Amino acid sequence: MGVLQPPAVRLRAAVTVLGRFPALAGVDLDVEEGEVLLLTGPNGAGKSTLLRLLAGLAPLTGGEGTVLGHDLATDRRALRPRVALLGHETFCYDDLSVVENLGFQARAIGRDASAAAAALERVGLTRQAGVPHRLLSAGQRRRLALGVVIVRHAELLLLDEPHAGLDAQGRTVLEEIIGEASGRGSAVVLASHELERARPLAGREVAMAGGHAAGSAPEASTPSRERALL
Amino acid sequence: MRRFAGSVLLVAGKDLRIEARSRVTTNQVLPFAGMVLLLFAFALDPDRGLLPRVAPGLFWVAVLLAGLLAVSRAFGIEAENGARDSLRLSALDPAAIFLGKAGAVAAQLLVLETVLAVGLFLFYDVEAREVWLLALAAGLATAGISAAGSVYGALAAGLKVRETLLPLLLLPVVAPVMLGATRAWEAALGGTPSDAWPWLQVMGAFAVLYTALGVLAFGPLLEES
Repeated sequence: MGVLQPPAVRLRAAVTVLGRFPALAGVDLDVEEGEVLLLTGPNGAGKSTLLRLLAGLAPLTGGEGTVLGHDLATDRRALRPRVALLGHETFCYDDLSVVENLGFQARAIGRDASAAAAALERVGLTRQAGVPHRLLSAGQRRRLALGVVIVRHAELLLLDEPHAGLDAQGRTVLEEIIGEASGRGSAVVLASHELERARPLAGREVAMAGGHAAGSAPEASTPSRERALL
Repeated sequence: MRRFAGSVLLVAGKDLRIEARSRVTTNQVLPFAGMVLLLFAFALDPDRGLLPRVAPGLFWVAVLLAGLLAVSRAFGIEAENGARDSLRLSALDPAAIFLGKAGAVAAQLLVLETVLAVGLFLFYDVEAREVWLLALAAGLATAGISAAGSVYGALAAGLKVRETLLPLLLLPVVAPVMLGATRAWEAALGGTPSDAWPWLQVMGAFAVLYTALGVLAFGPLLEES
């Protein structure tokens, strides 16, 4: 008899208030281990805030939320090293080189610096290893941000507009990373406006609008993809 | 414990490496502090004999103003490219992050103080006496300024007005350190080292208090910033 696995992500009526603005206004969402979920919706729908909530960076102001077994209300610091967030920023220091930035990221989550070298090669920045972050092009910065995701070897990948700024080779690496993460049982949540690129990667799609999510439980979205708008 | 020490060294090493690359301390903070000392020298006119008497106070004013720049820079780099979020997403203990950042600021200040002290002895007509006491007082004052600076630097870090708010928060707080360091240096340079002990105790207590506060409060400060 198989043991029923709890979902990697479970939100019930989750509310996040930023300043005085409710960026998330009662989100219900389940994401299973190994699942790749696509978040869609217009600008300001709450996609980025939802990703930051799942990373333990944005506060859970109301409702309930559990990610990788950690309660978002009480235990989000312990969650953070287990997730990787590809956001709009690289999380890197301008005056450190590519390899130094990756090395710092690796050691800061308790991994060996050799993980940085492997990530460097994977994202095709070996020739730029010694170049300071501030001198990288926008595309190279995006690849470096992808390298940070690889270095973290996380159990939950949160990717905000992951295709933005990547060339064809970078997109291939991104798609490989998503496939590998899902294959090893890590959940992946990506938010994207580039639907023609993101949809083939995802097993399920959730539309967001006005801080709400629809079609957000796996059982509510069979077959593999279903879109629902509030 | 070994992992904690490793985290402290990782953060301090990262900050010092960034400073070594950007050279903000050597190219901006140090010349600024030197200019403060020089301008005071012009203003007070060395011929009147006043300069050697006020040299310790002027030295510590210059160090304190330079320390403000160093602290502001230490937390400014965390505002670049969402780097502060990477610290929050790391497995690093917030207390280790605090000690690493405060340690890096302290290391920069000690280098700055050494260079400024050489300038002081050369151009302010001050004779170096009781060097061990000068060094001890400088060490305690530096620890206090770095620890308090890192606490208030983190507090102001997430605010748009951080560069103007930091001096307002920090300068009144570190006034006892400046007073203590000045008195201890006066005692050392005046050849009466026993007069320095009460001030050394004040600075030691201040450094311990703010280090403990930073260790305990840095986690919540990192969350709020």
